[in-house]
Amino acid sequence: MDIVLQQLVNGLTLGSVYGLIAIGYTMVYGIIGMINFAHGDVYMVSAYITAIAIAILTFFGIESFPIIIVGTLFLTVAVTGAYGWVIERIAYRPLRSSSRLAVLISAIGMSLILQNYVQLSQGANQQGVPTLLTGAIRFSVGDGFVQITYMKLFILFVSLLGMGILTYVIQKTKLGRMCRATQQDRKMASILGIDTDKVISTVFVIGAVMAALAGVLVTLDYGAFDFYVGFIIGIKAFTAAVLGGIGSLPGAMLGGLILGLSEALFAGLISSDYKDVFSFSLLVLILIIRPSGLLGKPEVEKV
Amino acid sequence: MSQAVGINFKKSSIDAFIAGLMALVLFGPIVGVVLDGYGFNAEFGRVAWIVAIVAVGRFVMSSFMQTEKGIALAFRYANNDDGVTVLPPGHKSKMVWIIPLVVVIGLVLPFVASKYVLTVIILGLIYVLLGLGLNIVVGLAGLLDLGFVGFYAIGAYGLALGYENLGLGFWSMLPIAAIMAAVAGAILGFPVLRMHGDYLAIVTLGFGEIIRLILTNWASFTHGPNGVSAPLPTFFGLEFKRRSSEGTFHEFFNLPYDSAYKYMFIYLVLFAVVWAVLFIKHRLVKMPIGRAWEALREDEIACRSLGLNHVLVKLSAFMIGASTGGLAGVFFATYQGFVNPSSFTFFESALILAIVVLGGMGSTLGVVIAAFCLTVLPEMLREFAEYRVLMFGILMVVMMIWKPRGIVRVTRTGFSPKKGVAK
Repeated sequence: MDIVLQQLVNGLTLGSVYGLIAIGYTMVYGIIGMINFAHGDVYMVSAYITAIAIAILTFFGIESFPIIIVGTLFLTVAVTGAYGWVIERIAYRPLRSSSRLAVLISAIGMSLILQNYVQLSQGANQQGVPTLLTGAIRFSVGDGFVQITYMKLFILFVSLLGMGILTYVIQKTKLGRMCRATQQDRKMASILGIDTDKVISTVFVIGAVMAALAGVLVTLDYGAFDFYVGFIIGIKAFTAAVLGGIGSLPGAMLGGLILGLSEALFAGLISSDYKDVFSFSLLVLILIIRPSGLLGKPEVEKV
Repeated sequence: MSQAVGINFKKSSIDAFIAGLMALVLFGPIVGVVLDGYGFNAEFGRVAWIVAIVAVGRFVMSSFMQTEKGIALAFRYANNDDGVTVLPPGHKSKMVWIIPLVVVIGLVLPFVASKYVLTVIILGLIYVLLGLGLNIVVGLAGLLDLGFVGFYAIGAYGLALGYENLGLGFWSMLPIAAIMAAVAGAILGFPVLRMHGDYLAIVTLGFGEIIRLILTNWASFTHGPNGVSAPLPTFFGLEFKRRSSEGTFHEFFNLPYDSAYKYMFIYLVLFAVVWAVLFIKHRLVKMPIGRAWEALREDEIACRSLGLNHVLVKLSAFMIGASTGGLAGVFFATYQGFVNPSSFTFFESALILAIVVLGGMGSTLGVVIAAFCLTVLPEMLREFAEYRVLMFGILMVVMMIWKPRGIVRVTRTGFSPKKGVAK
């Protein structure tokens, strides 16, 4: 019983992180209909920038947790957002009118570039960050206990905050209205005076910012990372996006939570060696049974 | 057009400044601050170089694009996505002369080349086979398969495990591995191929990873990361080992023992298989099924409304590609004498994809040339080995922007109606 509860807690935090990354996939897919393969590697870049920001801040003798965390979040979000913008500008915008296959191959190329570039400049070794936030709340359940670390609470808080702000921006602001209009009909939106190229750039920046939040949170919690972390987490976040219905923002968040919970339960109760296999198989199953996902609309192809 | 063409250096300078600033933001943290434990080593010199290169490059490019030549280039670059080049009817390909020449050179080669050169060429041929397989899937049918390495692994482990558990040798596994890979392709492809093309990419990517994870984790069957040894091919029952109870090749022919014989033999078999695959592919493209692949790649909706069963057509391409991958896996296992999961990472899939992209989608000649370039060149340029993946990535992006159809264009001889046929 305590294992199940503990895994539910772990799964909830894992799921909120998947949800954050899945937002990047789902928004980009919604607006230009491509799978942004390099998104997982944007997350990986943000993990490195987190560690670099912490190293720089501690180098300048800043010790207090709130300043470090705010400084790290700010730096990581800013730099990773810039990565999102530049990637779109270099690898995707010149291909706006090309076939979908060409864009997809370009995205894979971008993913390889990011991985190898980080490996070349930072070395292939695993890197780490010091533990900044310690302590936990414990509940006794039956014979055992369930432990919720403060870090996990912090992850939940920040990711829910991030998703909340994003939902507000998309639903209530002018920028959000422009995004939704472009998603519905790009040509019509541009006729009505929306600079669709700018909106698409913005969407890439938003995706990268959400991945950066996830990068900071996971890196602080887990501590270790290398240049290859983006690959697996990227596929899982994509699975979450598909599970929720690709193109749908609440779907990505919901899909992330469901995937995180089920994966944590699978790892805790059945086998942790095969938890990645479980997630991939889940992806294939969803695509077979319900390709439009939980909250997505079925895609109708028109001439 | 009345405006005189002059270079606006102010605009170029602003462009260069913005690009330099962006480069500073992007490369500053990652390149300039190298993590070392929880501290860091500053490497600001590298950042300065990169920023300078980006800014100067942007300045030159921005200035060039304002000249007449630049404008002409930008115009050409905007519409270069025309499809197949159609040659006049009755065109005679020069290949008629080149093919016998290549065959003769290929047959003479193992007897003159050194053992090292031969092993590199075998590796190149294995990638030719992989490239041809993926070219059917990506190039002809337009299905992006990112888990091609999974089929390669099925072939390689099929030989190793088939020998260990069932005692099957190279010759029996060669067809079985092709069939196994095709069946795996069918099982994977059948549900997924009904859906939108993009999903196929990610599902096949997941499939490749699942295969690798199973090979790593199912230690009782696959020996996990330690790998399995694979048998060598036999020459009508004669083995290429130094000693064997079955009779050895060098004793039978009264030759001194030389380990190069096995590579010569693998090479010759592989050479024959590559030609067979080339021939089959050449014929398939002209058959209705090959035409259907290409038609489906160009316009799926039109094909479906004309009554093509898109799932079966795609599935046939997927299975034929997969079986070619399985064949390549068998050769890889016997050439290495040993397989382990680290040979089947996503990087291999990306390399094979790079071969297809560089060579030209659908172009056979291009794929053969690209396979040799991308496998033989890194062998020669060992000191740049760590930049290899970066180069592949840049290659993919640049090729997609610059020449999405690859270096070697697909050409096809046109048809003309026969005399007496009513128009």
